[in-house]
Amino acid sequence: MGEFIQYGIGRWVHIMAGVMWIGLLYYFNFVQVDALKKAAADTPPTGAGITKHVAPRALFFFRWAALVTVLMGAMILGDKIDDALFFKERAYIPIGVGAWLGLIMFFNVWVIIWPNQKKVLGIVPATDDEKNKARRTAFLASRLNTALSMPMLFFMVASGGIFRRAFFG
Amino acid sequence: MKNPLDTLWGTVITGLVLTVVLYYLVRSMMGA
Repeated sequence: MGEFIQYGIGRWVHIMAGVMWIGLLYYFNFVQVDALKKAAADTPPTGAGITKHVAPRALFFFRWAALVTVLMGAMILGDKIDDALFFKERAYIPIGVGAWLGLIMFFNVWVIIWPNQKKVLGIVPATDDEKNKARRTAFLASRLNTALSMPMLFFMVASGGIFRRAFFG
Repeated sequence: MKNPLDTLWGTVITGLVLTVVLYYLVRSMMGA
């Protein structure tokens, strides 16, 4: 029963939460950023609804999905977590790299993107200058996470079964 | 130089390059 929860349920929830996290990350980067730029250029500007109703809701599921993904990932690794994160065992090196990339992305979400987005969206008070700086910082952290998601997903996929044999022999 | 993360293509290419570099790094770490 313990293994069923750890590996079966844990992996299922890890992937569902991960799809929500990275799906919303791609929504922000591939859809919302450019849409808001175009909306700001309209006369009058038409992006208020996205900023007021869509972005906060998307950010809510984005950051909590990130937390669930990381917690489930840690649960799946269990007592092998140090073998993975400190590359102690050969077989755990690919998932260790994937886990480190995921942890860096998780740090970006909660420590850089979310606090800066709170300023941009007016959830916490900020001057226009602070908002502009926060917008740029959050944008770059989000773009970095988009770039990091590519090797992260590769190592998640390539760390097990036939994929590991195909990629790493 | 322009920051590659400022454009979507720059971001995707950065991700691809990073994937290839890390792949070969991990392969050498594994002695493959």
